[in-house]
Amino acid sequence: MNLFLSSLLTPCATIGRIVIESTNACGAYAIFSFQGLYKIFSYPFQFSKILQQIYFIGAKSVSIIALVALFTGMVMGLQLYYTLTQFGSEGALGSALALSLVRELGPVLTAIMIIGRAGSSMTAEIGIMRISEQIDALDTMAIDPVRYLISPKIAASLISFPLLTALYDVVGIIGGYLAGVVLLGLNKGIYFYRVETSVLMQDVTGGFIKSIVFAFLVSTICSYQGYFTHMRPDGFGAKGVGLATTSAVVMSCVSILIADYVLTSILL
Amino acid sequence: MPKPLVQFKNVTKRFGNRTILDGINLTIYEGEITTIIGKSGVGKSVFLKHIIGLLSPDEGEILFMGQRFADMNRKQQQMLKNKCSYMFQHNALFDSLTVFENIALPLRERTRLPSSEIKAQVMDKIEQLELMEVPYKYPTQLSGGMQKRVALARALINNPKIVLFDEPTTGLDPIRKNAVLTMIAHYQQQFNFSAVLVSHDIPDVFYISDRIAIIDDAKILFQGTPTELEQIDQPVINQFIHSLDLLKEDLTGLTNRHTLEQAFTKAQMSQQVSGPFSLISLTILGLAAITSHIGAIAAHHVLENFAHAWQGAISSQTIIARYDELTAVALVPAAEVRQVEGMLQALSNMSQTAQHFTIPGYGGDDITATLLAGAVPVRASDSLEQHVADARNQQTPLTTIICSGPRPGSIS
Repeated sequence: MNLFLSSLLTPCATIGRIVIESTNACGAYAIFSFQGLYKIFSYPFQFSKILQQIYFIGAKSVSIIALVALFTGMVMGLQLYYTLTQFGSEGALGSALALSLVRELGPVLTAIMIIGRAGSSMTAEIGIMRISEQIDALDTMAIDPVRYLISPKIAASLISFPLLTALYDVVGIIGGYLAGVVLLGLNKGIYFYRVETSVLMQDVTGGFIKSIVFAFLVSTICSYQGYFTHMRPDGFGAKGVGLATTSAVVMSCVSILIADYVLTSILL
Repeated sequence: MPKPLVQFKNVTKRFGNRTILDGINLTIYEGEITTIIGKSGVGKSVFLKHIIGLLSPDEGEILFMGQRFADMNRKQQQMLKNKCSYMFQHNALFDSLTVFENIALPLRERTRLPSSEIKAQVMDKIEQLELMEVPYKYPTQLSGGMQKRVALARALINNPKIVLFDEPTTGLDPIRKNAVLTMIAHYQQQFNFSAVLVSHDIPDVFYISDRIAIIDDAKILFQGTPTELEQIDQPVINQFIHSLDLLKEDLTGLTNRHTLEQAFTKAQMSQQVSGPFSLISLTILGLAAITSHIGAIAAHHVLENFAHAWQGAISSQTIIARYDELTAVALVPAAEVRQVEGMLQALSNMSQTAQHFTIPGYGGDDITATLLAGAVPVRASDSLEQHVADARNQQTPLTTIICSGPRPGSIS
């Protein structure tokens, strides 16, 4: 019986089932995430695996992040310039652009780009390992699968996300400079003066806190979806991995936007 | 006498309301190959998971070398896990790692050995398992047999005391199946580990096993040596042992012994209503010689011919079943006795001229076999075995069968 039919026939039971299943899933996710985080620090440290993951999640994302940041900065430069001109305050372009990037767009768009590039691949990789019994094999060899597979990914994300966010912010500001100063003729000195005076340390810190929280959410949600692929009620095998990847991307994006709102309201 | 390595004492395991293992008592001995046989879903894998400590029993206890698993502290349990290896049905090799990395993984993750020492140990295993040509290939680039050897190498790299094989031959063709079983037996002797196999390959697996256990309906139905298993006479156990024969029976168009036993009991009970039954035993004396000299296919060819002849002479009311390797038994309702007598008469008439079977490709001496038949009326009191024994005593030669290679004028 599908969810729609059952919700019509037995609404209370359906709501109850959904609540129980969601609570179970939340609990499982919380335990899984905590274990993944905690086992980063268990001895012996897995430096080489963390470095490999930093290369995959961080280094290989540099070009795409830089490209996206450049064009985001340029588009914002154009849009803000024409909007501010109407009020005769185009000199504030540097402030508006830098604050938007450092506080909001940098962490959020960096996270979304990494979800698309590395998060989906994380889920698919772990999911395939699960359905082909490779994770069970680790278990039987007395190798902790969470420590071996998940912890390096979380650690690498926690290191890579803030660095990539910083890159995004810098390239975005350069993009705004190209559009506002080089193309539209705004004074170069005013642009950088406004950037320098308006961006405070707490804005940068806030952006980094956001990127660290997003890193944790993205890496744990994507890993969790892959790790429990075999327990999905809606698909098994290759189909299950496909669905897990879709869920991972959607849930990661939604959760970072929700977390962004919560963090912004706390940090402001 | 080998020492007990793992002992299950009254082990019970339930998942919800379903009892998977019900008071299991079983001992696995050191240095032996123990095979667990059972239908799908009876709890064989659950049993294996108890051995490596992935599951713990709801009731009862498991002893490792005399020590209770539940009494061990975490470190001891971990040390015990390190002594066990598990080989998955589909190998579960890490497809993104090379053969070398796959085999080295347990050492890299669980020991503090320097990389030179790890390399030496891995290359040693690679050499012993004849994988010298493939250490830097990926598992998907290897044949099925090689993948099995890589999985075995990975399982043996930390010199385990006990290796668990979960259906190692399922889905393989007969040649590869034998190769895998031979490999297990060969390396078990070479590395002297204790092996626990879950398998359905009856009777092939008997040849390499020191001990057999049959799990059925959450209980241990039998445990003992393969010879003891072959000598035991219980319908359910016989059904397992004769599973290969069941296939032959299907091929010859005869029903199996289990069905015959049921029909015989029914016939005994219904005789007063539906009239008397007769039991006829038909034996091909010398069928074993045909099998050993010419081959199983030739013996099957002979049986198939007679099965068709017998079935042509009777109606569907009569049951003809394979009783043992040499004997077929027919259970005939009274109404058909005349027809069967006619068939026996017809076969008897042929006894003057021997039945020739031409076996294509056979170039050796002629092999002679004799068809014997005997009939007794079914009595309400005695067992099937007694009836068959009586019918055998009544047997007289009906015809001679001569199997030979192709020659002009012979019939096939």
